Amino acid sequence: MSGAEASITREDVAHLARLARIAMTDAELDHLAERLGVILGAVARVQEVAADDIPPTSHAVPLTNIFRADEPQPTLGSAAALAAAPAAEDGRFRVPQILGEPQ
Amino acid sequence: MEGVTTTADLVPYDEVLDRYDPVLGLETHVELGTATKLFCGCPTAFGAEPNSQVCPVCLGLPGSLPVTNEKAIEFTVRIGLALNCGIAEWCRFARKNYFYPDMPKNYQVSQYDEPLCVDGYLDVPVPGGETYRVQIERVHLEEDTGKTLHVGGATGRIHGATHSLVDYNRAGIPLVEIVTRPLTGTGKRAAEVARLYVTELRDLLRGLGVSDVRMEQGSLRCDVNVSLMPAGTTELGTRTETKNVNSLRSVERAVRFEVERQGALLDAGQRIVQETRHFHEDSGTTSPGRSKEEAQDYRYFPEPDLVPLAPEPRWVEQIRTTLPEPPSARRARFAEANGFTPLDLEQMANAGVLDLVEQTIAARAAPSKARGWWLSYLVGSANERGVEPADLPITPEQLARISALEDDGTLTNKLARQVVDAVLAGEGDPDTVIEAHGWKVTGEADLVAAVEAAIAAQPDVVDKVRAGNLGALGPLVGAVMKATGGSADATRTRELLQERLVG
Repeated sequence: MSGAEASITREDVAHLARLARIAMTDAELDHLAERLGVILGAVARVQEVAADDIPPTSHAVPLTNIFRADEPQPTLGSAAALAAAPAAEDGRFRVPQILGEPQ
Repeated sequence: MEGVTTTADLVPYDEVLDRYDPVLGLETHVELGTATKLFCGCPTAFGAEPNSQVCPVCLGLPGSLPVTNEKAIEFTVRIGLALNCGIAEWCRFARKNYFYPDMPKNYQVSQYDEPLCVDGYLDVPVPGGETYRVQIERVHLEEDTGKTLHVGGATGRIHGATHSLVDYNRAGIPLVEIVTRPLTGTGKRAAEVARLYVTELRDLLRGLGVSDVRMEQGSLRCDVNVSLMPAGTTELGTRTETKNVNSLRSVERAVRFEVERQGALLDAGQRIVQETRHFHEDSGTTSPGRSKEEAQDYRYFPEPDLVPLAPEPRWVEQIRTTLPEPPSARRARFAEANGFTPLDLEQMANAGVLDLVEQTIAARAAPSKARGWWLSYLVGSANERGVEPADLPITPEQLARISALEDDGTLTNKLARQVVDAVLAGEGDPDTVIEAHGWKVTGEADLVAAVEAAIAAQPDVVDKVRAGNLGALGPLVGAVMKATGGSADATRTRELLQERLVG
């Protein structure tokens, strides 16, 4: 995101909308830029109390190394897996034409 | 067609590297050989029915949560230690966000700025007894993606396809990415060093027992970054990244092609476009893919569904004690045990037959014979077919059997080659082939009879030989060959003739 003052520009929103493959009108971009700016401003207030001795955290629970053993578990099976798909063909999930290149 | 490079647009490799210094970067992806996926208990068997090895976690169904496979962390640490890396004391997985249906979640769980292993190296032997040290920047763990099939366009290409079909069996299989720092100073050896690095890495990974490293099945694949800078300068040029190069031979070809293509562009005063390119196995060329997205477009952030990794130093040290000897030490021991010189070793390694020779010896062939068969005969067969020697349709066991039959005199060298060719042609096991063709060396008794018949039939030739002219033996050997349908052992025939006429 741009700027330490937690503002978000209309261009930022347009870029994010493109990355998220969401078509937005000009009016929607204006509206969202303003609303997201308010949200970011509110969240940024956390930084006022977070001193240098408080490390950023990505998880609410202070845990590490939660593992499972490398032992196979039952799978869904292809029939059940595909049952919820909007479309299937030849045992595979059928998806609409992909525009652009693979990652 | 846009972006297609013809041979007219290329400058020969050596010529380019007379004037430019190549810089390479290699990103190698290795599918780990765990029994289950990285974040769920789905099996990882290759070649299963599409979408038969999936569950709510790897399908990204709502409410499912990932739990990390401890074995995958252990294997990654093993790889990091074997590559002389430091192991992070604390690190996290990150979400890489993108829209492409090869991941049903619309993100891939990967590692970004906190890789599990950093700053290592791999020493790669190059011809001439030298070693090139490849610096390893990082080794990180991520989940593999699903496989997409594109339908409706030409030859399965995404371009022009009407829709795509996805198999998520591979989605979530643990995938380790090994990233080098820029390889510089290789000069004209660039393409060869790239191949030898991947070869050495493959051998190391196989020895570690962390992957089956089958390039043809995609369990080891390579992205090749290439750039050029004018000779003697130090400012890096613009690089291209050729994706999914999946054979050792192709790694070398991809580097050569990019050097030749980029050299031609630079010579013409044009700029190199930073982009992803695709390698075409059939033509050995590359073509442009998408322009490279900026890392920030992936909006990486720490994965909130997984807790951080903090490998216990004691656990890491315990793993270190279980590392096998490195490939270089193993090769030295192998050479000594079998009487090979360093040059023999180098030749076999360069030809990609070292493992095959070792397996053939293990199947009880004589070391010099095993080496001779692969190096002098089968490498040529592989080149003719455009495949790696390991992919030839003959096993070390079959070759050892043929070699044994040659050693005990059942087959002449010529017949042995015919048997090898027949096995390569898919005619079956050596014994089946020999039986079917009736390829057997004439037995001693029959051979003696043929020799004596030949002596009786050509008294004038016999007189010349008896007068001391051994060169005159030819017509007699020829007569024996004719009488036995070519199945006589020529050396033994000469011996028998000489015993009777000179000895």
